[in-house]
Amino acid sequence: MEEKVSEIVQGYGGDKSYLVPIMQDVQKEFGYLSRDALTAISANLGVPISRVYEVATFYKAFSLKPKGRHHISLCMGTACHVRGAELISGNITDMLKIKDGETSADMEYSFETVGCLGACALGPIIVADGEYHGEMNIAKTTKLLKKLGKKV
Amino acid sequence: MTIKIKSFGELKELQEKIKAGRDPRKPGITLCVGTGCLAHGAMKVADAFREEIDKRGLSVKIDFRKTGCHGFCERGPMVIISPENIFYQHVKVEDVGDILEKTILKGEVIDGLLYANPQSGEKYVHEDEVPFYKLQTRTVFGMNSKVDPKNMEDYLAVDGYSALAKALAMNPEDIVREVVTANLRGRGGGGFPAGRKWEETSKAKGSPKYVICNADEGDPGAYMDRSLLEGNPHLVLEGMIIGAFAIGSSEGYIYVRNEYPLAVENINVAIKQAREAGLLGENILGSGFSFDLKVNRGGGAFVCGESSALFASLEGRAGEPRAKYVHATEKGLYDKPTNLNNVETWANVPFIIQNGGDWYAGIGTDHSKGTKIFSLVGKINNTGLVEVPMGTSMREIVFDIGGGILNNRKFKAIQTGGPSGGCIPEAYLDMPVDYDELTKVGSMMGSGGMIVMDEGTCMVDLARYFTNFLASESCGKCVPCREGLQRMREILVDITEGRGQEADIELLESLGASIKDGALCALGSSAPNPVLSTIRYFRDEYEAHIKEKRCPAGVCKALITYSVDPAKCTGCTLCAKVCPVGAATGEKKKVHAIDPDKCTRCGACKESCQFDAIIVR
Ligand SMILES: Cc1cc2nc3c(=O)[nH]c(=O)nc-3n(C[C@H](O)[C@H](O)[C@H](O)COP(=O)(O)O)c2cc1C
Ligand code: SF4
Ligand code: FES
Repeated sequence: MEEKVSEIVQGYGGDKSYLVPIMQDVQKEFGYLSRDALTAISANLGVPISRVYEVATFYKAFSLKPKGRHHISLCMGTACHVRGAELISGNITDMLKIKDGETSADMEYSFETVGCLGACALGPIIVADGEYHGEMNIAKTTKLLKKLGKKV
Repeated sequence: MTIKIKSFGELKELQEKIKAGRDPRKPGITLCVGTGCLAHGAMKVADAFREEIDKRGLSVKIDFRKTGCHGFCERGPMVIISPENIFYQHVKVEDVGDILEKTILKGEVIDGLLYANPQSGEKYVHEDEVPFYKLQTRTVFGMNSKVDPKNMEDYLAVDGYSALAKALAMNPEDIVREVVTANLRGRGGGGFPAGRKWEETSKAKGSPKYVICNADEGDPGAYMDRSLLEGNPHLVLEGMIIGAFAIGSSEGYIYVRNEYPLAVENINVAIKQAREAGLLGENILGSGFSFDLKVNRGGGAFVCGESSALFASLEGRAGEPRAKYVHATEKGLYDKPTNLNNVETWANVPFIIQNGGDWYAGIGTDHSKGTKIFSLVGKINNTGLVEVPMGTSMREIVFDIGGGILNNRKFKAIQTGGPSGGCIPEAYLDMPVDYDELTKVGSMMGSGGMIVMDEGTCMVDLARYFTNFLASESCGKCVPCREGLQRMREILVDITEGRGQEADIELLESLGASIKDGALCALGSSAPNPVLSTIRYFRDEYEAHIKEKRCPAGVCKALITYSVDPAKCTGCTLCAKVCPVGAATGEKKKVHAIDPDKCTRCGACKESCQFDAIIVR
């Protein structure tokens, strides 16, 4: 881990102004930002750990907790909202028993809501493990979660 | 392309050479692979085209091109056949063979793939006849369907970078003057005249000077910036290089939202190509002017679209705005003179330089010039990106171009300006859309989001939605925004959950006024707009929630009940099957019933019912 972080930091020439992209790359590498990762970034870049932590908690893109095996993002942009995304969110919460931003105890599913994904014509939209699913409704969401292995 | 273009003459030569190598009569297939069409499965269609073209040995006979967004995202994946300009929509993998056999080889039009007007059923063969396109003026956005964003030759073939060559031969002050004459106003939200900003930055003391492109596009429901950056990155680059030369800047940044991976990819490819071609970097086109650019991905914070927060984020800090008694044009990024413009603003620049400021000022209304790209979404038939001259009426946009409301329902309101904007009711449908008119009715232009709502949208719920969004996006630096928005959210949640009280509306109004006055940045000072404008035009809906504990639109869960309309129910049993809690029950072919005590109002039965027999009140 130390080494990988150091490599990423070197990739940006050790420039402190690249703190945000460096943290994005580290998160991409390990799936989340662990305590050790934050410490390593701080040490390698010469930025106080308090600053690193501040940035990690300020931006929505960063997660301090590991994510589940399946990642479900539901668009909650305005276009998707007026087309009923809220009802879908309710359905996901009912089925997975986790709320927005949580990961299931068995580390199988993570669920989060996101701002506009830029594909409003197909709203409501779910991105499941990187794949876009457009024109979603409650029934289709149920089917999708079952396909991802959710037993009901 | 690895040739370095060393002079204006060489650029012209190269453009001509590329054009000469292209036969305008050669059959061509253009497929949109923008984010919208990709979500519709366009990549599979693209692969099928490649495979079938190879299989038939047609690869030398036809041009196959993958482009960015054409705007009509509702109908993706979309194919345009040239030279006839035949427009096919909802193209599937199975259609690929037919398109090649029938249309390309035999010149036959495939009826089933044509666009049909949802109201009249009339079909259209050519792209420019489709009302959605016909009524638009696609000056900035139209080029998207002609260029493969990853292929710079395509951009050069439509005379790309000619405006840059022209600008580099001009005096920087004259370039600024053209932009002032054009009266180009910022497309990112504020509508500040770009020419004035350029003038201030060019006169400011300090070096280096920075030019920045704001591609944070935080407005949820707007995606024109993504589509431009993704579909025609060289246009944005060209605008920025011209601006940098006019201002005297040698370094620039593009700040892109993290949620737009394809835009990040395409702009990076374009930068690399431009550098190799001598259009970026040292001594651009042999003019002696040097300028280079970096791309930075945002961290997913709405406030980072605000100029001073964006600078903080670029410097590697948390994105907190600062007070604006010193202008960014004097002290912006790293306290150096900085010129920040939005993606669409930059994309307009090459056209202004090419055709002149007077030409540009001839389009639009008195104080809003040029065309504007709107993102027309929500409960509308033709969802997509629409470019029209400033001053086009709302009715024309929603009904003539947008094709009216989804499922023939009734128009209720249109929300413009994103989370900082407001809702405009039916009474104002005929107003011309420009910066000033929108402000007059209590909304704003913002970045150009237009969210259409029908009678099934609850305005109180919408106000709660925006307030909730803004309260969670508030950076927390100043009290009116941090605490005030929380309070507004609590009051709105109370109203939507049936705990509203008599004086709540007045309380929201006075809270809203205080936040507007007291907040440090425009996130806070515009945050009450969605609430205030819905109160202004839909006060009766607030009152129904508070006094009668009723949600007229049938949205707010705590105030509605689900029941079955015995006149419509056929006893098909579907609702009983989908109900997750066993509240909907009944025997086959007999009228069903919903137990209100068990019902969680999840909406599954209403969605599944084919006979519209579920009543929500
Ligand atoms: C909370 C907030 C969010 C903003 N988000 C954006 C954005 O996503 N994109 C953008 O171009 N401008 C955004 N702006 C406006 C910018 O502050 C700035 O005015 C604009 O980028 C300047 O460019 P323009 O004059 O070309 O529009 C935002 C402003 C505020 C207050
Ligand atoms: S108005 Fe809101 S977002 Fe702006 S500085 Fe204050 S707390 Fe931060
Ligand atoms: S609002 Fe969901 S994709 Fe735009």
